[in-house]
Amino acid sequence: MNKLINSPKTLLADALRGFAAAHGQLSVDFENRIVFSAAPREGRVALVSGGGSGHEPLHSGFVGAGMLDAACAGEIFTSPTPDQILAAAIRVDTGAGVLFVVKNYTGDLLNFEMAAELAREQGIEVASVIVADDVAVEDSTWTAGRRGVGTTLILEKAAGAAAARGWSLEKVHMLAERIADAGRSMGAALTSCTVPAVGKPSFDLPEGEMELGVGIHGEPGRKRVPVMSAAELSHVLAETITTDYDFSGKPVIALLTGLGGTPLIELYAMFAEVSDRLKERNIKVARSLVGNYVTSLDMAGCSLTLVGADDEILDLWDAPVNTPALRWKD
Amino acid sequence: MPETLTIDAIQQWLNRFASEITTQADWLTELDSAIGDADHGTNMVRGTAAVVAKLDDGSTSTVQELLKAVGMTLVSTVGGASGSLYGTFFLEMGRNSPSSVQLDASELEKALRAGVNGVIARGHAAVGDKTMIDALEPAVTVLSRSLADGRQLHGSIAAAAAAATTGRDSTEPLVARKGRASYLGERSAGHIDPGAASATILVAALAASVGEGIAR
Repeated sequence: MNKLINSPKTLLADALRGFAAAHGQLSVDFENRIVFSAAPREGRVALVSGGGSGHEPLHSGFVGAGMLDAACAGEIFTSPTPDQILAAAIRVDTGAGVLFVVKNYTGDLLNFEMAAELAREQGIEVASVIVADDVAVEDSTWTAGRRGVGTTLILEKAAGAAAARGWSLEKVHMLAERIADAGRSMGAALTSCTVPAVGKPSFDLPEGEMELGVGIHGEPGRKRVPVMSAAELSHVLAETITTDYDFSGKPVIALLTGLGGTPLIELYAMFAEVSDRLKERNIKVARSLVGNYVTSLDMAGCSLTLVGADDEILDLWDAPVNTPALRWKD
Repeated sequence: MPETLTIDAIQQWLNRFASEITTQADWLTELDSAIGDADHGTNMVRGTAAVVAKLDDGSTSTVQELLKAVGMTLVSTVGGASGSLYGTFFLEMGRNSPSSVQLDASELEKALRAGVNGVIARGHAAVGDKTMIDALEPAVTVLSRSLADGRQLHGSIAAAAAAATTGRDSTEPLVARKGRASYLGERSAGHIDPGAASATILVAALAASVGEGIAR
C-alpha cells in the first residue's frame, strides 16, 4: 500500500505541522495536539471536540469562527486523552463554560468524561453532548450503543453559531442535544481502509462486494453484499434511516460524506439518487452538503446523514462560518 | 508484625508489569485484532514504558503519590478506552492509599478494591460483559476472602492471580457487551478479551512482586 507519508510514526505530527502552515489564522499546540482558535470571544461559550485522527477534516478542519473553538487530535482511530482535552478546555474557556462534543465510542466517552471531571476541579463549567446517530448499530444495553458519525458536523456547525451569538452554555447544550436526537446516519464501504502503522487493510473486502452499515474505524458493518449501484444503495440507506426516525413535516439537513477514497463525481451521482429517494418519501431537504467531511482514511464509500431541523436550526446552519473545511458568509 | 508491601515492591510490580506487557505485546495485539482494532499491545507497551520512565525520575515519595502518578501517566500515554480505565484503576488505588511508604495487607486490599470499583464505575461494565472486569473482579474478591480466612498476603495474592487467569479464560465464549468488540455481536464469541488478558498480567505481576518484596 503506497502512502504519501514520511513515516507512520510521524504522520500525525507532520499533518499538524502542515495544518499550521496552511491555516495561519488558527493556532496549533503541538505538544498537546490541539488545533484552536485564538481569536478573542469574551464571555462566549466555547466548543471543544476531538477524536481519533483519520477522519479529516473532522474535527480540526471545523475550528474557526462560528464553529469549534478547539479540536483535540488523538492517534489514528484512537481517542484523545483527558490531559489533552483538559488543555484544550483551559485554552478556550472564557468563563462562560465549555461544551464537549463527543462521538459515541467507548474510548472517546471515557476520556472526555475524565477530562470533564478534571476541568470542573479547575473551576471550568463543562457540559457534554454525545452523538450516537449510526442506525447500522443496534441500539441496546447489550452493545456500546450507536456510533457517532455525520450528525457531529451538523451539530458542531449549529451549536458553534449559537455560541457565537452569545447563547448560554445551558442553551447551547440543549440545542446540541436536540440536534443529536434528530440525526440519523448510515454508511457503506466499497473498500476497507489502511491504518499506516498497520500497513494492511483493516478488513478484507473482496472485489465486487461491499460492506453495508460500516463504521468509520474499519468496524464491520451490518452485512456483506454484492456491490450495488448508486440507485440501489440509495434505496437501502434512505429506507433504513427514515424507518428509524420520522422526518416528515420537518425541514431536513442532508449530508452525504465520502469516506475518503471516493471521488466527488460519484458522491454527486449518489446524492442525485438520495435526493430522489427522499422526494419519494415526501421528505423536504432544506439544506445539503456533499463532499469528504467525515472520513475513514482511504476507505471508498459514503455515509448519509439526515437531521430533522426547524427554522431555528436552519438559521444557525446558515449563519456565517469560517473554518478550513466549511466556510460561508450570510 | 503484619506483612507489608513496600514502595519498592510496588515499583517492582509496575516494572514487572511493563516488562511482561512488552513480552506479550504481540499476543495482546493478536487478541485485539480478532475483536477490536489491533492496537492493545502497542498502546499498553507505550503506556507502561512511560510509567517505568516516570518511576525512574524519583519524583514520588509516598505510595499515594506513586499510584496517582502511574494513573495519570497511563491516562495520558495509553489513549483510548484502555488508558482511561487503567488510569482510573491506579488513580483510585492512589486516592485510597495512605501517604506512607508501604501498604499493609488490608490497605492493599482496600486500594485494589477501590481501583476495581473505579474501573467498574468508569466503564459501566459488569462481570460477563467480556472486559478486564472479568479478570479483576474475581481477583479482588478472592484476595479479600483469602485474607479474611487468615491466609497470608503472599498466598492470597497468588490465589487472586489464579482467579484472574480463570476469569480471563472465561471471556473466550462470551459475546462482548461493551466497547468496540460489542459491534461484532455474536462474532465476538470464541476469542479471549484483550483487556482481560492484560489485566491478568497486571495481577500476576503483583503476585510475583509480593512474593519477593514483602517486608516482615
